[in-house]
Amino acid sequence: MIVIKDLHKSYKMGSNVLHVLKGINFNVEEGEMVAIMGSSGSGKSTLLNIVGMLDLLDTGSYTLDGVPIVNLNETKAAKYRNKFLGFIFQSFNLINYKTALENVALPLYYQRVPKKERDEKAMQYLTKVGLANWATHLPSELSGGQKQRVAIARALAAQPKVLLADEPTGALDSTTSYEVMQLLQEINDEGKTLLVVTHEEDIAKMCKRIVQLKDGVIIEDKKVNQVRASEYV
Amino acid sequence: MSGFTITLGLLIFIILLGLGNGLKNSFNQFFMDDATNTMFVFPGRTSMPYKGYNVNRTIQFKNDDLTDIKKNFPFYLEYITPRIFRNGTVTFNNESNSYSFVGVSPAHQISEKTIMMRGRYINDLDVKEKTKYAVVGRLVEKDLFKDKSALGEHIIINNTAYKVIGVFQDEGGDNEERRIYVPYTTLQLIEKNTDDINQIVLAYKPELGYAGAMLFEEKLTKFLKEKHEIAPDDQSGVFIRNIADNMNQNQQLSGVLTLIVTFVGIGTLIAGVIGISNIMVFVIKERTKEIGVRKALGATPFSIITMILQESIFITLIAGYVGLFLGVFVLKMIGDKLEDYFILSPYIDLGTAITATIILILFGALAGYVPAKRAARIQPIVALRDE
Repeated sequence: MIVIKDLHKSYKMGSNVLHVLKGINFNVEEGEMVAIMGSSGSGKSTLLNIVGMLDLLDTGSYTLDGVPIVNLNETKAAKYRNKFLGFIFQSFNLINYKTALENVALPLYYQRVPKKERDEKAMQYLTKVGLANWATHLPSELSGGQKQRVAIARALAAQPKVLLADEPTGALDSTTSYEVMQLLQEINDEGKTLLVVTHEEDIAKMCKRIVQLKDGVIIEDKKVNQVRASEYV
Repeated sequence: MSGFTITLGLLIFIILLGLGNGLKNSFNQFFMDDATNTMFVFPGRTSMPYKGYNVNRTIQFKNDDLTDIKKNFPFYLEYITPRIFRNGTVTFNNESNSYSFVGVSPAHQISEKTIMMRGRYINDLDVKEKTKYAVVGRLVEKDLFKDKSALGEHIIINNTAYKVIGVFQDEGGDNEERRIYVPYTTLQLIEKNTDDINQIVLAYKPELGYAGAMLFEEKLTKFLKEKHEIAPDDQSGVFIRNIADNMNQNQQLSGVLTLIVTFVGIGTLIAGVIGISNIMVFVIKERTKEIGVRKALGATPFSIITMILQESIFITLIAGYVGLFLGVFVLKMIGDKLEDYFILSPYIDLGTAITATIILILFGALAGYVPAKRAARIQPIVALRDE
């Protein structure tokens, strides 16, 4: 599903050049649930951003679902993002003047799905995350866990190949975190590929594979026995 | 917030322009009560001896001056009328009062812009037949006839009875509405059957323009001096007052006024546009994160630009409409209340107002476009990092 070869990425910080990723080789199969771990500054977020086409790579190659991701212009990147990827952010990033339903329907809007169909589909995903009754509420009226579930519904709405979650539980207490992880596990059970960036050990253990990053290189890549979040809830 | 700027901008624009127009209105009213292509010819006294005549000879115009001018200047002349001013005691039943009454020919109605309220003006037949008909001003009727109509009644002016055939009004003010017009030939008949004329009022063809009018004045002066045997360089034999001369100045002043008003108006509009673009920059800054999210969800740069433009146009449209409405409303409210400050019935014609609104909306959109374009170029990762 994801094939990354010899990926380098550096940032210019004034006169200094910050070499963040120093040759990453990394494959993800369909249906995997991979945790990317590492301390802050290890390059895990940069890796996720490159996978998410929010950032460009310097050298190396990146293939997503058989499509080489090269020469991206903005419009093309936007299309790929919309088609292949669903994002889940630490700070939820819901649009605060739109209702839960409208937020979920947004990626469908960019796919030019007609309004009625859009709302139907959005409702379907809201139901899936258990928030059908909150469809007309604004994000400000939702709790943190609810917001993240709306964000997950939104990420799913466009039916992407891969879900990318950047510290999805970073802003949540542990009970809510486990609920969110349970939801993500269920989504993975249905066959979706998930990439989860986290620095929490227990969250990482709920994935099927853990990739450890340190100073821009992968120092460990191991399959683990998944801990079901439902055990904690 | 951004809408407020636009509303205010348009409001100020409309009020300024309206007040400027009001100023022009009162200006026009002051100076343009009479037809603007008019010349007044007055006789004077000579100041030089010439061809055996003595100094200080009084020049007297006569009826043949009219016919001679008509005959010699058909190319320039639009119409000509004599006028003979007299003061008279006018009596109707027991009411009597003193008015100026004027012997005229029909063309005088055009030169004075006399508006008939009822009845008719003096016509050519009256002049020819020397009828004892009178056309009275609105205020004459009010003074002498109270609430009744003067039409068809007989009034006595200096011991001669005239039939009132018309009542007029004139924008020239109360004095001009306290006049009585009679055929000049009738007046001459009563005054011992002379053919003396006080003044000659004539109008040149408007298409001659300012230069043509000046040329006409020059030729006419020369002609009259020759005819009345006045020395060519005698400045006081005949006088010609040419309204074109005043007109030219007035129009220049009026033009300057328009220029100032337009300038201020455009300045206000520009300020409005700058305000919009500033606020759009601010709005986009505030929404950087949202734009990042949208891009992460698959929004193309084009769709971001469209979204922001749609919003800015929508806001401008609503705000512009409110400003337009408020401005027109304020002008209506002011109405004639500022007449003491030389602002008479301020108005703004709908065309100008709508054009201004459209320009503001157009430039508002344009002003929104630059920041929108920048917003579309924001890297989603940068936008998302922005807390």
